[in-house]
Amino acid sequence: MQHTSTQDTLVGLFVAAGIAGLFFLSFQVSNLSSFTQQDTYTLTARFENSGGLKVKSPVSAAGVKIGQVSGISFDPKTYQSVVVMKIDSQYNTLPDDTTASVFTAGLLGEQYVSLEPGGSDAFLKDNGSIDITQPAIILEKAIGQFLFKSASEEKK
Amino acid sequence: MIQLLQNLGKSTRSSFTKLGRATFFLLQTLSGILSVLLRPRLLLNQLYSVGVLSFLIITVSGLFVGMVLGLQGYYTLSDFGAEATLGVMVSASLVRELGPVVSALLFAGRAGSALTAEIGLMKATEQLSGMEMMAVDPVRRIISPRFLAGCLSMPLLAAIFSAVGIVGGQLIGSGLLGVDEGAYWSQMQASIDFQDDILNGVFKSFVFGWVTSWIALFEGYDAIPTSEGVSRATTRTVVNSAFSILGLDFILTALMFGDN
Repeated sequence: MQHTSTQDTLVGLFVAAGIAGLFFLSFQVSNLSSFTQQDTYTLTARFENSGGLKVKSPVSAAGVKIGQVSGISFDPKTYQSVVVMKIDSQYNTLPDDTTASVFTAGLLGEQYVSLEPGGSDAFLKDNGSIDITQPAIILEKAIGQFLFKSASEEKK
Repeated sequence: MIQLLQNLGKSTRSSFTKLGRATFFLLQTLSGILSVLLRPRLLLNQLYSVGVLSFLIITVSGLFVGMVLGLQGYYTLSDFGAEATLGVMVSASLVRELGPVVSALLFAGRAGSALTAEIGLMKATEQLSGMEMMAVDPVRRIISPRFLAGCLSMPLLAAIFSAVGIVGGQLIGSGLLGVDEGAYWSQMQASIDFQDDILNGVFKSFVFGWVTSWIALFEGYDAIPTSEGVSRATTRTVVNSAFSILGLDFILTALMFGDN
């Protein structure tokens, strides 16, 4: 009897340790703690070029993360990149002349959508679209333009 | 020449026969699981001998694997001035690959071999046929509880392995080498996804637990009932488990993490 009860305790401890390990992995290691299953609303923005933007890339305003990208597709009619974003519904006071731009965090960091609020009094609603966008800066293109420009200046 | 062909055919045929027996054995085991749930005491005893007794080796190996990852990762990453991403490197490699795979290999060596030897000896000393004589189904009574215990304890062991390893990496990284502790955890949290990384790792370890217990139990049940037969069966358990774990790991990784 004594033997089985110690055995039970050890099995209990083992299972508790395993579950504690899973909890540790879920909350301390992964993004589950920051991932709140809050209500979101959807915004769409059309970019000339969305660069290296990916699904789950952050959407931020004034440097604070307020949502994430939930889908990127190519529109074969307008040849634009359609980026669908989910924004936390507590931030539902974005003006309808908000500008969306694709920026890079640091020189080689990941790309994110930055929203810059305009001055309008009307707010963006669910399934609304952002009309003023600024495409991602492609580093190779910028360097190419710079080189081309300096070369043509030298000729003069 | 004819002899060679005959032998080839014989060994091919016998390996298919064995696979067939193993599948039949698995189905029998699965059908016995329901009766295990009616007798939880049997399962508890097996959780002790399969899970609790493997706990120590898993914890200690996890700690050392994490510490080695911290050390080696630091030297590689510091060449690029990217020590802050040490946490990402340690946790991603542990949660996705090393946790499930290494703990499954250790599990096969620690618990799998013990299972095979135990059941092989039961067969050699005719305990299994004794049970059948008493109208006790040995598969339900002996095999199914062990199988279920293996499937249940493997994900727990892998989670413990990864968790201890990540703490070990942190001990070395920020305790010894001076990586910023906040950066270690925050970078990790930013890039490890709950569903894509953690749950896939748990699923992997469940599959490995399933396969390892299946191989170990079948090899024991199918062993030639002599001392030499049991020793061969134990060897086959460890070798075959290692092969299947590593092979399955490749397939599962390609399926799960293929799209990113």
